[in-house]
Amino acid sequence: MQANVSVRRFNPDEEAPKSYDQEYQVEVEDNFTVLDTLIKVREEIDGSLALRCSCRASICGSCAIRVNGHAVLACKTRVSEHLSDDGSVRIEPMGNQPVIKDLVVDLNPFFDKIRAVEPYMQPSMPEPEAEYLAPNEVMLHLVDVMGCIMCGACVSDCTVLEVDKNFLGPAALAKAYRFVADTRDVEDDKRLRMYNEYGGMWDCTRCGECTEVCPKGVAPMERIMALREKAIETRTPAGSYDGATYGYRHSVVFEDIVAHSGRLDETKLVVKTVGMFNLPKLLALVPIAMNAAFRRKIPPLIHSRVPGVGQIHRIAARINAINKRV
Amino acid sequence: MRFAFFPGCVSRGGAPELYQSTVAVAEKIGIELEEIEGWSCTGAGALQESNPLLGDTLNARNFALAQRMGLPIMTICSTCQGVMAQAKVKLEDEEYRAQVNEILATEGLEYTGGIQVKHMLWVMVEDIGLDKIKSLAVRSLDGVFLAPFYGCYIVRPSAALEYDEHPQRREALELVIEALGATAVDNEGKTRCCGFPILTINEKNSLAMVAKHTGEAQDLGADAMVTPCPLCHLNLDGFQAKAAKQMGRQINVPILHLPQLIGAALGMDGPSLGLNRHIISAFDVAMKMGIRV
Ligand code: SF4
Ligand code: SF4
Ligand code: FES
Repeated sequence: MQANVSVRRFNPDEEAPKSYDQEYQVEVEDNFTVLDTLIKVREEIDGSLALRCSCRASICGSCAIRVNGHAVLACKTRVSEHLSDDGSVRIEPMGNQPVIKDLVVDLNPFFDKIRAVEPYMQPSMPEPEAEYLAPNEVMLHLVDVMGCIMCGACVSDCTVLEVDKNFLGPAALAKAYRFVADTRDVEDDKRLRMYNEYGGMWDCTRCGECTEVCPKGVAPMERIMALREKAIETRTPAGSYDGATYGYRHSVVFEDIVAHSGRLDETKLVVKTVGMFNLPKLLALVPIAMNAAFRRKIPPLIHSRVPGVGQIHRIAARINAINKRV
Repeated sequence: MRFAFFPGCVSRGGAPELYQSTVAVAEKIGIELEEIEGWSCTGAGALQESNPLLGDTLNARNFALAQRMGLPIMTICSTCQGVMAQAKVKLEDEEYRAQVNEILATEGLEYTGGIQVKHMLWVMVEDIGLDKIKSLAVRSLDGVFLAPFYGCYIVRPSAALEYDEHPQRREALELVIEALGATAVDNEGKTRCCGFPILTINEKNSLAMVAKHTGEAQDLGADAMVTPCPLCHLNLDGFQAKAAKQMGRQINVPILHLPQLIGAALGMDGPSLGLNRHIISAFDVAMKMGIRV
């Protein structure tokens, strides 16, 4: 079948480099991957096309690009599944990373973030002669997160990185979780405080893009949620030292409100999260609140309770007892 | 067509116009809605990270209440829809479901698995059908340009949302917009995040997202954006002015709830759809649709 491949190109050596789309018509087999297709373009039509690949078996992580707007491993993706009715497909370099040439991006920022989370074990025991041993059972749940091949697909599609380059991002935070959850590492407290700052675990919007595109089942978003669960469990403080965020309070207050009244009350959530006595922050919210009140949109200040709220109280109490036991 | 209706906290709180327009439109189309008595919050993803067991149990409780009514659930919030879909997947595990049911048992409740949960958007496409929608649309929306905005939780994780089984879900919003006679704008931001979950945590980033998506819609010539998610609505509507200021540009795009758009096409008037209750005035787009606000 014929594929009309549109490739986003960029040549830094041009006088005033600008990215542009170039179309290629290429004959593809049903079992062709996107990588096969691009290699065919490069070998038969246009030798100047720059792309990166190595293993061709979704192991090395070097071929991540965007196909029709979403990050994938080119070698793991069948082109036929992404052709539109008229046989076209859109190929671009990954997002959120500086383009070096055509489909090749600069991975230095990616690895800077990985390094920033201290991605190495920090045990307390004296260095053993061979490796630090851990029983299989306590490591099994980390197999998926350790499967990260550093391809950058999650970072490419992260919605927070689109607006804030400072965010550690999904791959680095998944790596961070891997060490917090490793029983041999004893620096949880230091780590959780570090990831608790702006740019850390609470800046994630839980949009799910990273988990959706990760080719290795690392599920970065779920790791970030697990990191937060740890921070809540260990009461890693928020708002109490420089750089700490409101994330922790937001989560805890949310649970309190729902367990208390059965439903979410946005006014209470905001006021209690920023703090009843945090006047500057609360005052900043006044114009918006007045605007909403004017349109009769403000939820009742005394939130009416859900019918059957007693049932929810009892369920929450029972679960608290269970959570304490484990 | 009858559903156990799950309105969600926001339509009963900060976005009353969503509740109002849903009820009005459902009646007009002939969808019978029976509100689940005593429904609770789904946890919205936040409870799922602070206390996952409580989150799952509250969802199982809502499912059990709906099962007692013998009806599938209809939601009107992308976030509720997504959180419920994910809870449903977790509760398919029999051992885990038994653990949760043990907690529910003292309240005389049991969730037996297999509940159907559908957002109103999907009900429109899959149960009502696009042809029926076309035949119901009496008011011409010719020349009205609308930018879809889905809300993360109704897009991802696509497996829990059964996208492979229902491929139309990928473009359900565009399909409904076009069936109603309006034109869907192709905005890249439509499946991205509105920023609401981090509004109190990192307001700057949250507002940057609002500005990015509303700005894009405006630049593409959209008369309004349409969303099936009231949380997106809160952020895109309530914080648009502040977001525009932060970005240093002018943005003014009204945000419509899905049932408001449907109601408009079905010939209903502005006040009955709550079109007068938006922060960013819907006056101009209403005029263009030939409606009094
Ligand atoms: S879930 Fe969080 S980390 Fe993952 S893509 Fe979304 S914002 Fe980024
Ligand atoms: S988490 Fe997944 S998508 Fe992200 S770098 Fe690792 S393997 Fe790639
Ligand atoms: S070429 Fe190695 S992962 Fe694709």
